[in-house]
Amino acid sequence: MNYYRSHVLIGISDTALQAGVKDFENALRNELAKNNLQDEINILETGPLGFFGKGICMTVYPENVQYSDVKAEDVAELVQNHFLKGRPVKRLLFEESLKGQVNFNYANRIVLKNSGIIDPENIEEYIGAGGYEALEKALLEMTPNDVIDVVKASGLRGRGGAGFPTGLKWSFTAPLEAEQKYIVINADEGEPGTFKDRLIMEGDPHILLEGLTLAAYAVGASKAIIYIRGEYKLCIERLRKAILQANEYGVLGEKIFGTDFSLEVDIKVGAGAYVCGEETALIESLEGNRGNPRWKPPFPGVEGVWKMPTVVNNVETTANVPFIIKNGAEAFLQHGPAKSSGTKVYTLMGDIARPGLCEVDMGTSLRSIINEYGGGMKKGIKFKAALVGGAAGVFLPDRLLDVNMDFESLKEYAAVLGSGAILVMNENTDIVDMLWSVLRFFRHESCGKCSPCKLGTAYLYDLITKIKKGEGTKADLDQLVSIADMMQKTSFCALGQSPIMPIKSALDNFRYEFEARLNK
Amino acid sequence: MANMVKAWIDGVQIEVEAGTTIIDAASKTCHAIPKLCYHPDLPATANCGVCVVEIENSPMKRACCTPVTDGMKITTNSLNLRKYRKTLVELVLSNHEVVCPTCEANNKCNLQSLANNLHCDMHNIPNMQTKRAVDDASPSIVRDMNKCIACGRCVTVCNDVQQVYALTFSGRGFKSIVTTPFDKGMNDSPCVNCGQCTVYCPTGALREKNDIDRVWDALLDPTKHVVVQEAPSIRVALAEEFGMEPGLATPGKMYAALKAIGFDSVMDTNFSADLTIMEEGTELVNRVGAGGPLPLITSCSPGWVKFMETYYPHLAANVSTAKSPMSMFGTLAKTYYAETKNIDPATIVSVAIMPCTAKKFEAQRPELSDSGYQDTDLVLTTREFIRMIKECCVDFKNVPDIQADPGMSFYTGAGTIFGATGGVMEAALRSAWFLITKTELENVEITAVRGMEGVKEVTIEIPGLGPVKFAVAHGLGNARKIMDKVSQQLADTGKCEYTFIEIMACNGGCVGGGGQPFGSDIARRARRGLGLYEEDRNLPKRRSHENPEVTKLYAEYITEGPCSPKSHKLLHTNYFERSVYSGAAVKEATHKH
Repeated sequence: MNYYRSHVLIGISDTALQAGVKDFENALRNELAKNNLQDEINILETGPLGFFGKGICMTVYPENVQYSDVKAEDVAELVQNHFLKGRPVKRLLFEESLKGQVNFNYANRIVLKNSGIIDPENIEEYIGAGGYEALEKALLEMTPNDVIDVVKASGLRGRGGAGFPTGLKWSFTAPLEAEQKYIVINADEGEPGTFKDRLIMEGDPHILLEGLTLAAYAVGASKAIIYIRGEYKLCIERLRKAILQANEYGVLGEKIFGTDFSLEVDIKVGAGAYVCGEETALIESLEGNRGNPRWKPPFPGVEGVWKMPTVVNNVETTANVPFIIKNGAEAFLQHGPAKSSGTKVYTLMGDIARPGLCEVDMGTSLRSIINEYGGGMKKGIKFKAALVGGAAGVFLPDRLLDVNMDFESLKEYAAVLGSGAILVMNENTDIVDMLWSVLRFFRHESCGKCSPCKLGTAYLYDLITKIKKGEGTKADLDQLVSIADMMQKTSFCALGQSPIMPIKSALDNFRYEFEARLNK
Repeated sequence: MANMVKAWIDGVQIEVEAGTTIIDAASKTCHAIPKLCYHPDLPATANCGVCVVEIENSPMKRACCTPVTDGMKITTNSLNLRKYRKTLVELVLSNHEVVCPTCEANNKCNLQSLANNLHCDMHNIPNMQTKRAVDDASPSIVRDMNKCIACGRCVTVCNDVQQVYALTFSGRGFKSIVTTPFDKGMNDSPCVNCGQCTVYCPTGALREKNDIDRVWDALLDPTKHVVVQEAPSIRVALAEEFGMEPGLATPGKMYAALKAIGFDSVMDTNFSADLTIMEEGTELVNRVGAGGPLPLITSCSPGWVKFMETYYPHLAANVSTAKSPMSMFGTLAKTYYAETKNIDPATIVSVAIMPCTAKKFEAQRPELSDSGYQDTDLVLTTREFIRMIKECCVDFKNVPDIQADPGMSFYTGAGTIFGATGGVMEAALRSAWFLITKTELENVEITAVRGMEGVKEVTIEIPGLGPVKFAVAHGLGNARKIMDKVSQQLADTGKCEYTFIEIMACNGGCVGGGGQPFGSDIARRARRGLGLYEEDRNLPKRRSHENPEVTKLYAEYITEGPCSPKSHKLLHTNYFERSVYSGAAVKEATHKH
């Protein structure tokens, strides 16, 4: 094995691919070879690097220098200055002013601990980082019930939005006798502004495979299906590669680790409907039907895919499992408050200095997420509101930013953790316009099955459009709330039950903006 | 004993079997829950949300699909529930073409009565509707999406009950609508015209193609001689619409109403039902003698015939070549009747009152023109007939009974039970027994084939033949079960356990036809069926071969008897293979011989 003096990690994401990262990488390799540096400088492809610059981004270790928006024509300069002379190219550095201020929190990461560090397309790197040890431990030393008990004890709750205790969910399915049980991974990440699952899968696909294999072992499933958004091309490609490699290495497929436990993993590509993130609609879609939700009960845990017991878990939830099994429930409980243990991955967007991904302990305040991990507001602009939890989330003003981000604390604010999307808006953002966008989204994404949602989302959109145009009345504001309230109580699934949250929080916290727009 | 659970509905304790839904549990109290999309005959679609109830320590739930659990405390009426239901129905109205006074479903519309009961205000929510073109290209069914409230009943009945797969939801959100495959319209779809969607549609968005005006045009044209026939099941579906006991047979009043409307000659499909038995019974006996093709399957139900042509064309040779009673009547009206009465058949307009939307399609089949003209000119459903009675202000309840015009109107009990599931089988057995054994079947009531069970089987010991197995299915979903079995057996061994099979497209048979009054549920269909069996019991003749007008026809017109060349020319037909996408005839499945 060669020893390199320097490692260059190039983040391969969809954005980077569009920016021509492969050409850049070839140019860099050629330039290094030209200078006879190929044995000194190692180039590695990896997943998202944990910061979001424009175009192609890369990190150079050991000095941990981050570049963004690098292009093929910059290669000569980079090699000459950085790799030969040891002087970073200042003009290409990522947000140089932020260096040292941003906390990437690598030490405390669970789900994203490998992301941006290992080559996601190489199973050996995952194994080298301690991967598949949890699976080995579970299969060789633990019974399925032991696995469920540990997950229960860890307090892990679903990261898809509802926060249902994962161990408990598994314990409903595990004892059922059935000719087939399924694990379904919900990777149909559709909440606007959320892309955490994408980055988990792009950056570390094996952590998901290991997690779902543990889940399958725990509940006695021999088939797993990853239902993934069609837009997530790179994730799909990497997961496919990862599945092949895992099968080759005997950590997936027939007789895993030489035991009697076998698991087959399939990938099902979704067609882009938001509602298919709802677990029963997802199952309908998996079966080839129109993605309409099913009534619960029976819950999927009892009657899911093809009427067989099915555990549906979110990507992030599943990616937590290897850590829990490997390190024990106690280690997981070290993170976050009692009833919301673990970490949470957020996607930070909008007028924030460092948009991107962060993984922090549950219970971290929204203010510190924005300021410490997101680098605060962009230079020279002031904070107005954060939309937390995606479209089905809430608008929070500055005075509520000290809320601790965990399931229990948010409940007090009638808010939800949701998908972990945090959209930060500056003082010039028009909340009426924002709510209009949110309600237009709901109208577009309602499946149309049930009347309260189908008609309600259409009417809410009509009302907000009228208000946006300056033609609304006070009665229209009341109508917004009363329709959304009715929808929350009578809608079939979470989609129709959700618009009340953005509407009510927008009106509670920014009512003056709506009133200023009314037709007087 | 089933597992029972106790719960409270509005403070009243109830005890129901575990698994009973709240809506069904409540319907057993005096406190039914307001509902819109739910229909007791169909699995819940849970689309409308109107039936939400409050449950202690739980979010609100839809009563239609939430099972009662032990100790559950349910509130069906509260300030909030009233508010939500009212808002919800007002929203539904905002996307519905409100034309109640002129709507076919007026006074039968579930939305209309619910909106009225809940005290809705039409003006609370502005109309959000985008006008859509009405799909009226089908000869049978009009699909008016401006009235559709997306309850999903039609989709359920078409796919789950009938398994025709002509209707589905398409598009999403506010733009989602019920449509046909590839959005091509009913006439270019696998729709078999059974019309069950129209019976279950709560709002009149699905209804029959209205031919009332065309009938009036004929009736009021002095150059036309308008002949009318009425299917067996019509006479038991009128009483309920005019304040009389549901299911009561009222043939005399039916004839009187038709006369009052102005038909020149009022005769009866029951006559040709008896005739059908002579043809089909003879065909059965011939096929048994010739060793096949068996099983013989009935051909009276046009929804079933098109279904067979679409999904089971390989069984076409097993389907009786005998025309339906309506089409036999139609052919004879322009031949036998015209010649007897010395009327130019060109001036005859032959009208049929049918419980059936598919009969409108059958009438237009090009092959059904053996009289030299279109055999049946116009078909009215029971619903259209009722509107004409009302248009003419006939006091149906009090109009004195009259007799039908002689010639093609006499009928036996065998003819009248055609209208109920199992009736054709029973009628056929009464005469086939005679044709095979030359003796009369003593007890003519074959109760094993009666009743609302979806698939009925009976084995009868026939002297000279031994035990013979028969099957009866009603509802096309049940037809599928039998046809899959038959196909499998024929493919495997070339033989089938059944000798004769009766299939009716609609649940309950014709009494539950797609042209019967809106909202006719299973219970109502059963009542009408009982009305027909009651009439059968009281008729002097109960076997088709005893019908003197049928005997006269064979003595004077089709002199070589049933299944003879002339009978084949006039009273038999052939079938086509149809596209499962468009329903269009692709090629001949059997030849006319």
